[in-house]
Amino acid sequence: MSGTFVGMPAFPEAARAAVDDATLRGNLRHATHTIRAKRAGAVAELADWAELREAGRRIKDHTLRHLDRYLEQLEASVTAAGGTVHWAADADEANRIVARLVEETGESEVVKVKSMATQEIGLNEALEAEGIRAYETDLAELIVQLGKDRPSHILVPAIHRNRGEIREIFAHEMAAWGRPAPENLTDTPADLAEAARLHLREKFLRARVGVSGANFMVAETGTLVVVESEGNGRMCLTLPETLISVVGIEKIVPTWRDLEVFLQTLPRSSTAERMNPYTSMWTGTTDEDGPRAFHLVLLDNGRTDALADQVGRQALRCIRCSACLNVCPVYERAGGHAYGSVYPGPIGAILSPQLRGTGSEIDASLPYASSLCGACYEVCPVAIDIPEVLVHLRERVVEGGPAVRGGNKVVLRPAKGHAAERAAMRAAAWAFGHPGALGTGQRLASRSRRLHPRTLPGPGRAWSHTRDLPTLPAEPFRDWWQRTRGGKDAK
Amino acid sequence: MNSRERILGRVRRALADVPAGERPYEEAVPRDYLREHGERTVEESVDLLAENLADYRAIVHRADAADLPLLITRLLAARGAEEVLVPPGLPDWWMTAADPVRIHDRAELTPQRLDRVGSVVTGCAVAIAETGTLVLDGSPDQGRRRISLIPDHHICVVRVPSQVVASVPQALERLAPTRPLTWISGPSATSDIELDRVEGVHGPRTLEVILLDG
Repeated sequence: MSGTFVGMPAFPEAARAAVDDATLRGNLRHATHTIRAKRAGAVAELADWAELREAGRRIKDHTLRHLDRYLEQLEASVTAAGGTVHWAADADEANRIVARLVEETGESEVVKVKSMATQEIGLNEALEAEGIRAYETDLAELIVQLGKDRPSHILVPAIHRNRGEIREIFAHEMAAWGRPAPENLTDTPADLAEAARLHLREKFLRARVGVSGANFMVAETGTLVVVESEGNGRMCLTLPETLISVVGIEKIVPTWRDLEVFLQTLPRSSTAERMNPYTSMWTGTTDEDGPRAFHLVLLDNGRTDALADQVGRQALRCIRCSACLNVCPVYERAGGHAYGSVYPGPIGAILSPQLRGTGSEIDASLPYASSLCGACYEVCPVAIDIPEVLVHLRERVVEGGPAVRGGNKVVLRPAKGHAAERAAMRAAAWAFGHPGALGTGQRLASRSRRLHPRTLPGPGRAWSHTRDLPTLPAEPFRDWWQRTRGGKDAK
Repeated sequence: MNSRERILGRVRRALADVPAGERPYEEAVPRDYLREHGERTVEESVDLLAENLADYRAIVHRADAADLPLLITRLLAARGAEEVLVPPGLPDWWMTAADPVRIHDRAELTPQRLDRVGSVVTGCAVAIAETGTLVLDGSPDQGRRRISLIPDHHICVVRVPSQVVASVPQALERLAPTRPLTWISGPSATSDIELDRVEGVHGPRTLEVILLDG
């Protein structure tokens, strides 16, 4: 996965900057609280939510456990329906394939449907380097692209921007990309949406190549599914002559019927709607309707490494609804950029270190970007136990151990920066195994407690910087118990 | 080794812990969720469809065969439509009273030409009551996907109760995956600005649904 934001500091530093930004915190708080309440209402409408969630979990688990078979079946179905399947082991290969396919059409611009996979591989930048301009057409992605910004949410990438900021971006940047924003543009959402409509329509109508991802791929039929609201997806999937879809290999469901589960759980979990305004489904190509050429690029880019981890593989069940972001107290305060990846929030904290490995400072810090409160697991429509994977990844960061990177088995060394933690844990293990020494140490600590500093020295300083050190009791518990026989002799 | 073999090889090595005789798909997935939510008569399902369509800002009308041509004429006139797009297999009698020039979608018509047409009239394949969703499948009375997308005003005629199902599972049973499918729930909308819902971005900004009796 090449999606590490360049020069990205580890989560704690990035989060500290975000927490100090009052506008950002206000924007995020408003947005996450709005969607949280709506989602609860949408879910409550379905009496069988628990059963749908369990079915979704089982479908995805079963698919992942037999992924080789379903990938081959999908390839056969798509090919039989008139599509062409390409396989990309990593981001570079996927980008090369897409660039070559665009070049073969003779075109130098493409219209894009919002897609996490193409964000993940940095497709727009790779196409730019080949002289191909990629236009984002989702309103939020447009705001991010025009603002030379980065997405901060899976579903609403511009969630960190308020209407005033969006107006400024449109008024100043649209002209450089095509039709300028109307004069006297106000900051009402309707006015801003209208500006986006006019700006993008000229691009849709002339587009010859469309690029998308997909929410689901049906192995049995070769059908791809894109779920959206604005109609930009329909435009990009329907009007161009060539359609290129870049999709992670984990997005398969075995049968047509399986869609009945996810088309009920995804809209309610993501935008809190009974159904999103538009869903497009296509199977290969259709004579006289839609693109004449359809290419499917199946993307690994670290997914098989995650699949090799028996605890961590459940992260591949994710259907990118973003419900976990909206309930997360850490995301709400830190914002999406602090996670240093296109996958922010709780799911990003377990997905990014698995796709990219825990070698970089930001990736080693992500499993700690959580309070382990468990709200993310509660809302997940495919029941990913995010806290379980977080703890598992913390252990890997601190202890190292066997893992798979780039398809090869490796033994990871403990990450740097966790030496103090490891030393402390080793000392604790030794002390608890030697009761005499533990008792002596505790007595010493109690008697010297007036001399204790208020902050820790050395590597502990960062910890005590934001916390009060606990005060030690005047007498160790064990001594108190022996002296008073568990309180019977004492007042 | 090409990337296909490399990826499939990685997948197989990653799944070394999965026993060869693991439960097949049919047994692995419990289907004890509901086929529909609540018990409703046919009329109640149609009412729920109308209610949920309206909740997502579609404009709902009811008509029988005798009223339909006049209703369509009235709706088009209210928009000041001079041209209206029609799919090749739209029943002729739906439009007998219509004044606007009918434009038939042909391959040589460019998207720019279609963009100058204000309204489109189509049928649908199936409508889902619980979610307020219309599904178009490219049948002759619905036409290519682009005609229900480019005009700003879409009139969709749903035959009730024959085209109405209660739920998403029931809709999928009726649909053929080999056809291009467009599921429409209300007009185009976005929630990308402070999560305020705004109707009308790139798809039709006005969706009118006629529930046609019989």
